[in-house]
Amino acid sequence: MQVTRFPERANGPAERLAGFMAHLRLNGIPTGLGETETALAALAAVDAGHVGEVRSALRAVCVGDAEQEKRFDDLFDAYWLNHGRSRDGTVVTHSARNMKAKSGSNYRMAPGESDEEGEADMPDEDGEGASAGDGTGRLVASKISNIEKTDLRKLMTPEDMTRAERIAERIARSIRDRRSRRRKAALRGAMPDMRKILRKSVQRGGEPIELFRKARPDRPVNVIAILDVSGSMTVYARVFLAFLKGLVSADQRTDAYLFHTQLVRISDALRDSDTMRAVNRLSIMAKGFGGGTRIGSNLKQFNAQYAAQSVNGRSVVIILSDGYDTDPPEMIDEAVARLKRRGARIVWLNPLKGWKDYAPVARGMAAALPHLDHFAAANTLSDLAALEPWLNEL
Amino acid sequence: MSWQTLQADLSNTGYVASDDLAMALFLAVTLGKPLLLEGPAGVGKTQIAKSLAELRDAKLIRLQCYEGLDASHAIYEWNYQRQLLSIRAAAEERKSSAEVEDHIFSEKFLLQRPLLEAIRQDKQAVLLIDEIDRADEEFEAYLLEILSDFQITIPEIGTIEATTRPYVILTANGARDLSDALRRRCLYNYVDYPDRRTEMAILAKRCPALEDRLAEQIVGFVQALRKEELEKKPGIAEMLDWAAALAGLGVNDLADDPEQTQATLVCLLKTERDRAAVPREVQQRLVGKAA
Repeated sequence: MQVTRFPERANGPAERLAGFMAHLRLNGIPTGLGETETALAALAAVDAGHVGEVRSALRAVCVGDAEQEKRFDDLFDAYWLNHGRSRDGTVVTHSARNMKAKSGSNYRMAPGESDEEGEADMPDEDGEGASAGDGTGRLVASKISNIEKTDLRKLMTPEDMTRAERIAERIARSIRDRRSRRRKAALRGAMPDMRKILRKSVQRGGEPIELFRKARPDRPVNVIAILDVSGSMTVYARVFLAFLKGLVSADQRTDAYLFHTQLVRISDALRDSDTMRAVNRLSIMAKGFGGGTRIGSNLKQFNAQYAAQSVNGRSVVIILSDGYDTDPPEMIDEAVARLKRRGARIVWLNPLKGWKDYAPVARGMAAALPHLDHFAAANTLSDLAALEPWLNEL
Repeated sequence: MSWQTLQADLSNTGYVASDDLAMALFLAVTLGKPLLLEGPAGVGKTQIAKSLAELRDAKLIRLQCYEGLDASHAIYEWNYQRQLLSIRAAAEERKSSAEVEDHIFSEKFLLQRPLLEAIRQDKQAVLLIDEIDRADEEFEAYLLEILSDFQITIPEIGTIEATTRPYVILTANGARDLSDALRRRCLYNYVDYPDRRTEMAILAKRCPALEDRLAEQIVGFVQALRKEELEKKPGIAEMLDWAAALAGLGVNDLADDPEQTQATLVCLLKTERDRAAVPREVQQRLVGKAA
């Protein structure tokens, strides 16, 4: 068995454990005093000399969801078994150093910095798609090469992002709050249905024996947003992320995902109250940002992994993508069709659609089109805002 | 008691728990904390509460959550009709209104729902809050008081504290995100489909009469089937159903009678599309893999 090594200056198990909690916290598992306390109690109840037991016990205490559970083992090893970076200080210096690193501007979302596999994104066939003919398509390419040099934060002002976020919040709220002014009779409900109670009490000499109630009508739709952040979408990624953040923070039921070569669930990161920090956290999460696009397989993965639970007849799935796909188009076709079968309504927002003379000829886009309930442009903030009335009609 | 003994005891009741799950349950029992179990449907999340109740000879109080579940269904409710009758009766006795009020808002008129019932047991009960992610966020907030302090506040009466602290087990399928507040009050374990060895052990516990060879085939087949692209993957209960069906039909070897094997697949495949996704050829391939 490996020898357990602790930060040098830490003394006593409590401090070591506190260091571990800080370590988890820094790595995105929110542990606090309460957890430390519980963890100490837990260690007292198990054989604290046995790594396996300690690991298992701390996992039960510290982990809060399946995502965290996956990362826990590595974090545990890095701290207790010294597999990670070597660290010499105690908790405080350790965290101070990390905070410093985080506040720097090293986390840029530059295209081409992907270490994921997958082809770089290109319109899928020569002479096809929006890149053909009129030359507008070249805009994408030239912008991308510009971004290599420009910080995206300059490209997208904080005001723009805030606006995107506001629009999204308004949309999310208008969907959520689209309740009827009238209540409907129900077995249970917040308020007594006085009219019905009185009417019925007449039969019983004015005695209101039965208590009828009324409730708000069913809650309307929940939104699931899937954002493509592959190479060709990079220019829009920041605004769209802000847009997603707005959607997610307005309603707890909203779910957000992003994909490039792989699919990442980002709802939790987006719920971070600080927009800039959330976006930074995301770009760290999303290794391979700006890489190739695999819409088909990502949607397929979404179906397999998440849709079963979160998509139902009252869901609206919003896909933000330009439809350039390196997967075969049948894959998109099948994935979107399957999503549709779950009863969800599907909105595809395509930034290219706002361009003059755009036609959805990219194979992936064309394959998805028959299944869509709504296909709209999304290259300006007003396009996003235009979504609101449509969603309200659902 | 250690977690190993708990694991062994559970195994005696017919529940084969992984080390991590046994540890989480052990800590939940020892530290008096609620345990949140997440994982796909059919991996035995609910069953563990039943097994714990059986093990501890405790009453199992189950609250099945659904959208729209509210406090009056889950915690307590006033017995309105009785209150009304009581007011009528009191009017004839010419009681003062204050007296009437005290009377009708006493515990006599309180209808206990599962959560209140659970904390008022003389003997520690097992409280199973099933599929908590189906309930609304509002309801989650009601739970917080109960889960951290084991008390329930009723405005008309005051705070009712637990006479005994129940063992609380919550299950969730990931229909929506649970709040951090709830998660932080619970210990956590993600229960996944069992590995081959564990599933063999479960099958051996539940269907001891099954021949080893067939048991191997059954588990191998189901494990392979879960890797196929299905809308609803078969869980442990489905696997046991299938085993029972095969045993009932007198099948000794899956490869012997493909016809019959195919017919019994209804135990495992629960949608039309899934059935279509596993035609004879696929079934044969999986049997081949399992053998």
